[in-house]
Amino acid sequence: MKCEMCDEKEATIHLTQVVDGVVKKVHLCEACAAKSGFDVHGPMSITDLLLGMGGEAEVQEPAHVHAGETACPQCHMRRADFKKSGRLGCPECYEAFSEELHPLIKAMHRSEQHTGKVPVSESERMRVTNEMRELQKQLEEAVRKEDYEQAATLRDRINRLKKQGGASS
Amino acid sequence: MSMEEMLQRPSAWLTLGEPHSPVVVSSRVRLARNIQGAAFPGWAGDEECKHIWQRLEEHVRACPSMQACASAEMSGLSMLDKLILFERHLISREHAARKEGSGIILREDEVLSVMVNEEDHLRLQCMRSGMDLRGTWELVNRLDSEIEEFESYAFSQHLGYLTACPSNVGTGMRASVMLHLPGLVMMNEMSPVAKGMAKIGLAVRGLWGEGSEAAGSMYQVSNQMTLGESETDIIGNLEQIVLEIVEHEKNARVRLMEHREHVLRDQIGRAVGILCNAHVLSSKEALDLLSNLRLGLDMGILGMKDVKVVDDLLILTQPGHLQKMEGRKLKADDRDQTRAMLVRTMLKNALQEGGKKKNE
Repeated sequence: MKCEMCDEKEATIHLTQVVDGVVKKVHLCEACAAKSGFDVHGPMSITDLLLGMGGEAEVQEPAHVHAGETACPQCHMRRADFKKSGRLGCPECYEAFSEELHPLIKAMHRSEQHTGKVPVSESERMRVTNEMRELQKQLEEAVRKEDYEQAATLRDRINRLKKQGGASS
Repeated sequence: MSMEEMLQRPSAWLTLGEPHSPVVVSSRVRLARNIQGAAFPGWAGDEECKHIWQRLEEHVRACPSMQACASAEMSGLSMLDKLILFERHLISREHAARKEGSGIILREDEVLSVMVNEEDHLRLQCMRSGMDLRGTWELVNRLDSEIEEFESYAFSQHLGYLTACPSNVGTGMRASVMLHLPGLVMMNEMSPVAKGMAKIGLAVRGLWGEGSEAAGSMYQVSNQMTLGESETDIIGNLEQIVLEIVEHEKNARVRLMEHREHVLRDQIGRAVGILCNAHVLSSKEALDLLSNLRLGLDMGILGMKDVKVVDDLLILTQPGHLQKMEGRKLKADDRDQTRAMLVRTMLKNALQEGGKKKNE
């Protein structure tokens, strides 16, 4: 079998990962695997694999990558740093690198929305956000129906929630 | 109890009243957590790590779940002590290599342990013997909630708990069980079982986790995905699969007894013979033979006053534990001799006369 990267040498490194019940296989020669920054003799994680290779979940290089090495504003991690280690620098990196993380996370996990435990402080904020989202929807509906009295009431409630400190996004 | 005293005694979680369990050796749940606004340990500077370690050490020790615990910075532990913690599955290989600014907080019964500044700021772990994923999750979940009273975690509404590696994001939870599957191995059925588990998103690894081969028919099975499923769902799914594997294993043992009894008895008898009489035992050989011995005991082919001696030996015959017992550094050759001596002594005391059911 030929290496999937150079299509010349014999593939000696075979990687298998199962994501969402689908088996993904990547076959590489040792040189290409090493060139992609993998430790060819050690165990390899899906992160390294997807970051280096793409595989089915192709990690598209955003156009502006080469123009100026965008970094995380919080911890100043560069894309190159992330690519090299497969580890993020800080919690803010999830925003900063969202473009490359999106396909990665999609390939690794069952879904892209967390379900399960939520920190207590966070659950209050989430409750407020959800309530606000619901009120916003009702407000739009009221405006569409030209029910301005109802709209005003809803607007006041939304403003009150905003003052309580709930995130608006 | 000090960290030194805890390391000096034989592993607590096997010896402190935890029962012997035939197929499911142990259950483990770990949670990855990070502090909001702080760089992850691998990217943070030394000073920042030290600061976080000091703060978290204090806060974790103050948690009700961690009453009666000991803690140590990695720089304050000898290589041997780190090796012992690794052999007891309390710290990772990576963590053992760390020095200042990283540490471990360990409850006296070794059921709960916390690695600070490993890949994430916090790795909370709960481990119990036998099949008890739910109980294990409850304990670690409680500790997590207690820490949360002191610390704000890095959390996103969409992605859940944020971790240094995106493969842990979401619940940050890895639930795993250690399985002893000699029946499936001897019946050559392990590879389809492993493939089947991989297909449904479970990771199957050897005794020492990522990249290790399955020595002694010991396998670690854990969830791969951490985002999109709740903790209780992950545990429920894993539990269901594990119970099925346990059934397969029991089934394989029955068939072994029916169709290949002489091979089975021969293998177990040879294991006993070598273990009781060898003067040089490598750790791989000891593990494989002890695995056979364990099978013999669980199937009633052998009799022993205390079955747990085998589980103890599986821990005590490892390089770190042997050296701790001898109180000095041992070269590989010396370790193999010390190991053989320890096994001979402990088994001589524990093994009863022959197998009760043998060739009646």
